[in-house]
Amino acid sequence: MRETAGERWGRRIVLTLLALFVVIPLYVMVTSAAKPLQDVQNGFTWWPSRPTLQPFVDMWSTVPLARYLVNSLVVSSIAAVCSVAVAIFAAFAVSRYRFRGRGVFSVTVLSTQMFPGILFLLPLFLIYVNLGNTTGIELYASRLGLVITYLTFSLPFSIWMLVGYFDSIPRGLDEAAQVDGAGPLRTLFQVILPAAVPGVVAVTVYAFMTAWGEVLFASVMTDEGSRTLAVGLQGYSTQFNVYWNQVMAASLVVSVPVVAGFLALQRYFVAGLTAGAVK
Amino acid sequence: MATSTTAPGAARPDRRDARAGTPEPARRRRPRRPLLPYLLLVPAIVLELAVHVVPMAVGAWMSLLELTQFHIRDWSTAPFIGLDNYRATLDIHTAAGRELLHSFWVTLAYTLLSVGLAWLLGMAGAVVLQRPFRGRAVLRALFLTPYALPVYTAVITWSFLLQRDTGLVNHVLVDQLGLLDDRPFWLIGGNSFWSLLVVSVWRNWPFAFLCLMAGLQNVPDELYEASAIDGAGFWRRLRSVTLPLLRPVNLVLLLVLFLWTFNDFNTPYVLFGGSAPEQADLISIHIYRSSFKTWDFGSGSAMSVALLLFLLVVSAGYLLITNRRRDHA
Repeated sequence: MRETAGERWGRRIVLTLLALFVVIPLYVMVTSAAKPLQDVQNGFTWWPSRPTLQPFVDMWSTVPLARYLVNSLVVSSIAAVCSVAVAIFAAFAVSRYRFRGRGVFSVTVLSTQMFPGILFLLPLFLIYVNLGNTTGIELYASRLGLVITYLTFSLPFSIWMLVGYFDSIPRGLDEAAQVDGAGPLRTLFQVILPAAVPGVVAVTVYAFMTAWGEVLFASVMTDEGSRTLAVGLQGYSTQFNVYWNQVMAASLVVSVPVVAGFLALQRYFVAGLTAGAVK
Repeated sequence: MATSTTAPGAARPDRRDARAGTPEPARRRRPRRPLLPYLLLVPAIVLELAVHVVPMAVGAWMSLLELTQFHIRDWSTAPFIGLDNYRATLDIHTAAGRELLHSFWVTLAYTLLSVGLAWLLGMAGAVVLQRPFRGRAVLRALFLTPYALPVYTAVITWSFLLQRDTGLVNHVLVDQLGLLDDRPFWLIGGNSFWSLLVVSVWRNWPFAFLCLMAGLQNVPDELYEASAIDGAGFWRRLRSVTLPLLRPVNLVLLLVLFLWTFNDFNTPYVLFGGSAPEQADLISIHIYRSSFKTWDFGSGSAMSVALLLFLLVVSAGYLLITNRRRDHA
């Protein structure tokens, strides 16, 4: 099918506008991270007057960025791994078994994803505080509390995507394994999971990104010791000064790993969404 | 659902198979592991109960208590006051009620505009990237980047762009193009609503783009070929081929975007540093601020429950209307 000249120009214009809209903030983030402080204090400059990597050095001492980074890394990694482990079992049950309550389970789990976070925030805050007071299990202002909270945030979508992947794996493989005498769990671990590795990796990255980017619960459920990047990055503005060059440098550093992971796996996200949307 | 592709007699209990007229294998297998699927679901169910379902029930209960700062450390002492919290916060004749109503309208306008624009940009992006050309993969990755960024780094970057004295936006508008004489404030006052909208569209449109791109992959090329041979131009093909085939994706996408945007907390919280100006006082921020400023969790919970009920009614209505249309079609 041939493209008319009008369509070609239309496409170019739309692409240019979209690309500019997306690129300009990214460009500012990257270039400002290489600016000396006076470039971001007195008006805006498109290019650093004197490109420098100093912000990447200074950002560690202006706020305890290393501590926030470690907190975020620990919380997000544990939450992601646990979330995917739980989701694998749940998705296996939903994909391979027909049982009473299957539909109810799927709908309930997915719909919690849609509820306002603020609805859970106040009760969870009180539950965590009161649980700490009565039993001594410190969930409030602890990394454990964040891990438990975050792992449920990514759970619904992880289950949904994994069901899509598992459904796409031919059941002939299960049957062959069962003929060989494998039980359901061995079938899951030795047949289905190896065939679903890309899906599992994509879901892990998704769960990690969810925890890495969460702001609302991080702002309430953490103290100075357990603070994550989501809240910690706002510490670069002091009463007198905002160290915009350092903020941009820190933003760049904490963004690059997740963006790279997401982009590397984007076609699996598309595949997962397609599998989900077909239903 | 992919279940219909399973051969009858597959080694899993399947009621559909039983109905399909080959009940023997299914029935014979069923008693083997009737508990297994439930056991597999236990961790997921426990976590969902602990972090979503129980807190929701507790939240509904809290909304009936006088849960002020005096009772937060030990909530068993909070007196039961029935629907008083709802009366106090939802009555539009009081100051609190008026503020909540204002916040509701701001949120509704913000949500409709943001979802509409995000969908429009996502659709435009998906359509122009539908055919292969050199550089397509790079552009697709670029377009997805705002969605892949952690929300706080994206919003912090925008708040730098929107600074009055050191931001790019005023530099371009005032210094370079000379469109305005004064440097406007973008993060306080009336402009803050539009700033919030732009940031939210920037962040959300890649999600629409991703879903629509996935949906377009299912549209067979032959349909376009055929309609092109029939003489259909670009807009005609969009209206008669692309949009009808994307309907299932759009139905879900628009609802999800609506709910996410309506509940959006992160964008205003990071953009305005925790204190949204009145013109951009989204409902999540409003509930958060009024709960933690006054430590009155009872009325905060009442507002949250009211918000949930509103969203449930809207979602149910949306699903009913769209399903009925599908049945008539």
